Amino acid sequence: MLLFTMKRLGLAVLVAFTVSFISFSLLFLAGDPAVAMAGETASGEDIEAVRRLYGFDRPMLVQYADWLLSAVQFDFGQSYYFQMPVSELVLSRLGVTMTLGVCGITFAILTAVPLGVAAAIRPNSLIDRVALFLSVAGQAMPSFWFGLILIVIFGIQLGWLPPSGASSPAHFVMPTIVLGYYAMPAIMRLTRAGMLDVLSSDYIRTARAKGAPEGRVLFRHALRNAIIPVVSLAAVQMGFMLGGSIVVESIFALHGAGYLAWESIARNDLPTVQALILVFSMFYIVFTFLADVLNAWLDPRMRSS
Amino acid sequence: MTLSETHDPILKEITGPTPGQMLRKRVFGHQGLMIGVVVIAILTLVAIFAPLLAPHDPYAQSLMTRMEPPVFLGGEWEHPLGTDHLGRDYLSRLIYGARVSLMIGVIAALISGVIGTAMGVAAGYFGGRVDMVVTFLINVRLAMPVVLVALAVVAILGGSLQVVIIVLGLLLWDRFAVVMRASTLQVRNREYVSAARAIGASTPRVILSEIMPNIANNLIVVVTLEMAHAILLEAALSFLGLGVQPPTPSWGLMVSEGKNMMLFEPWMVVIPGVVLFVLVLAINLMGDGLRDVTAPENRS
Amino acid sequence: MEKTLLSVRNLALNIPVGGGTLRAVRGIDFDVKRGETLCIVGESGSGKSLTSLALMGLLGKTIDRTADRMEFDGTDLLHAGAGTMRSLRGARMAMIFQEPMTSLNPAYTIGDQLIEALLLHRSVGRAAARARAVELLEKVGITGAANRLGQYPHQLSGGLRQRVMIAMALMCEPELIIADEPTTALDVTIQAQILRLLYDLGREMNMAMILITHDLGVVARVADKVAVMYAGELVETGPARDVFNTPSHPYTRGLLRCIPQPGKTERGSTLGTIPGIVPSLIGDVEGCAFRTRCPHAEDACRAAIPRHEEGTHAFRCIHPDGKRHAEEEAIA
Repeated sequence: MLLFTMKRLGLAVLVAFTVSFISFSLLFLAGDPAVAMAGETASGEDIEAVRRLYGFDRPMLVQYADWLLSAVQFDFGQSYYFQMPVSELVLSRLGVTMTLGVCGITFAILTAVPLGVAAAIRPNSLIDRVALFLSVAGQAMPSFWFGLILIVIFGIQLGWLPPSGASSPAHFVMPTIVLGYYAMPAIMRLTRAGMLDVLSSDYIRTARAKGAPEGRVLFRHALRNAIIPVVSLAAVQMGFMLGGSIVVESIFALHGAGYLAWESIARNDLPTVQALILVFSMFYIVFTFLADVLNAWLDPRMRSS
Repeated sequence: MTLSETHDPILKEITGPTPGQMLRKRVFGHQGLMIGVVVIAILTLVAIFAPLLAPHDPYAQSLMTRMEPPVFLGGEWEHPLGTDHLGRDYLSRLIYGARVSLMIGVIAALISGVIGTAMGVAAGYFGGRVDMVVTFLINVRLAMPVVLVALAVVAILGGSLQVVIIVLGLLLWDRFAVVMRASTLQVRNREYVSAARAIGASTPRVILSEIMPNIANNLIVVVTLEMAHAILLEAALSFLGLGVQPPTPSWGLMVSEGKNMMLFEPWMVVIPGVVLFVLVLAINLMGDGLRDVTAPENRS
Repeated sequence: MEKTLLSVRNLALNIPVGGGTLRAVRGIDFDVKRGETLCIVGESGSGKSLTSLALMGLLGKTIDRTADRMEFDGTDLLHAGAGTMRSLRGARMAMIFQEPMTSLNPAYTIGDQLIEALLLHRSVGRAAARARAVELLEKVGITGAANRLGQYPHQLSGGLRQRVMIAMALMCEPELIIADEPTTALDVTIQAQILRLLYDLGREMNMAMILITHDLGVVARVADKVAVMYAGELVETGPARDVFNTPSHPYTRGLLRCIPQPGKTERGSTLGTIPGIVPSLIGDVEGCAFRTRCPHAEDACRAAIPRHEEGTHAFRCIHPDGKRHAEEEAIA
């Protein structure tokens, strides 16, 4: 098990390394960081000076190595726009995004899993059709539009929820729903499929033959097995949610890392963008790694292999 | 006395319909598939015949007729869905917007499909180092925050329809690779593949004539999924201002343009979203329907 | 004379399928007394497994179950509510299935699953339940029982898992055990051990047993009573000795010819086969279902078939004297 973990970790690091390299090269093509730093009104000489000062005239690989070396020490340079260390900047915004992400996935799980179980117990019934319809519809709805509609209905027309800002838990209700709903269909379908599969297996028949009440059969015996792949899926979806946070945070004016990403791209703040890409991919890698660990822990068959 | 040789009822054969008949029955009986196909067909026709269907030029601005409401809110039939903040006819922009969404969906899915399928089939068929490399690349791509990277690249290269299509095409190949790899792995050990190789068929031939037909049903499903994905992503990018640029009519862009007026003229936000929803829903229904209808259990 | 524990009259199972209704079980009768072992023999598709599931109330909702009587020690199984069935299952009526590899929950230890079998029906402390689990594991011949409790199913071989299943079935000391082909999925050497185990336990605990199998060799070893099932009907029933010595139905004779019998089968002679296939049971089926494969079939076999009884030995055939054609078949 330890060897397995070490191998996975090593691979994960390699993946993160590659992602950062690719994004660095992409941003390298961004045009001139020297121009971005010096400002639009700077003269040619000033730009040259900036270039030499910050080492933008060095070969790309050298610049990358330099960046990487600092990055592992959590120094991501200085934000062009905010004139403060990028690491500080990113850290200050991560809290909001993480909160949103956790709330979002929790919301998705709490709605999707029960729906999936209910649909599996009575296949082709009304609840099954409703669940499938919701999942198909959920996947088709653009998140930015959903957010705006919610704001119009609940924020403005009904006045129940605050449409923007992040100062109270109520502020997080609509963003959570908008962020979470996109993960719901996949989770629901997997739960449903897993339950349908498990419910027809022999050990469920054994449990019933032992005289177990149906509730116990469903949850302690069936769901316990069906949920295993769902855990992995949820962790992976959590990783994707960071991408979705860009849209959600923009609409709801939540000052999180996603919003920062959008701002920084619009302002050509390359160090911040580069750092955020790395941070987001690291989170995804960590979550999928956690998913694997959880998977192994939940499934005894994987533990001993 | 023995049992007479006449046909005994308990020995009756259970005859049934032919495979072709069964397929037709499944296809036309599948509600979701039919609805999806019909809606997509309609929208495709709308996109193709946009110049004939649109009442006005979608780019024609007119400051005199800005912000007119749609017909059902007191407007004129001249502009059935009203006009936007620059006086352009909303319905015409909506119709031309279908072109944008469909083009992006089809072309981006095509590009990413070719890339992903090539990688996935190669990884599944050749195994070994090829598989290791492809799997690694898939993991790298999955770790990349797509929205972020797409935004960044489009920002660098400047937003336009072509750029968005290419960027999405180059980013959305992951599911193709994963699914095609898994399908190829399943199929490559089947007997007809071994048989083909035993008679000396060349590798490209084996891949094309033995493997591809048997994984084609999975491919079709993924194509529809990624089409929907691309359309939604373009809409999001355009909404954030870093996708298709004005004045090109894109539904996502129209939502963005409308959001400032959202409180007073909510239709400007609602309508493009609804058509996006309908298109993506139809594509998903079609994809799910295709998956159901071509599931291996259904093959005789 | 032992009391009748289980009594079944005219059990029928109908399954709606694409082309109509499949009459999987068509009116069967049997009794099981306390401590008695009944073997239900038949080929695949004869309806034997469905019968056992019908007794336990484990059939799917789509299957239509009817009977004139289905009683277990005075309790009406046919109309019993879910709660009543649950209190019977595992406690007084237990079942062992065919596939030991998939019949145990992979997510829990075998200890947990054994203990659950007891705690579902008896309020005892966990420690007491644990002790009983160890006791039963030892009884079924598993060594190092205490350590095994913490193991997971995937860590055990098929034979061991089946022993665990048997132990699990015995946790509450049931009065009736239904074993559906318990040894079919196991190695031949293990088969004999498991059978012996079941036989000994049955005797020791005075348990009634319904053993379902397609293997006549098994029947010969453990059965008190035999019921031969073909295409949803019991074509011959009776004490094991009688059925083996004087098989009265052509199908029974056919089955016996298929296996070598020590003392009877001559060296060098060919083993018999029963030509033909099981008929379609969809829609109304009249007459004898075996007529398409029977060497003595006549037109009269298409109508209703009479049932003949000689004491406790019964069979269904138009020929009242079951022995008559036996010699002809032996020569053919």
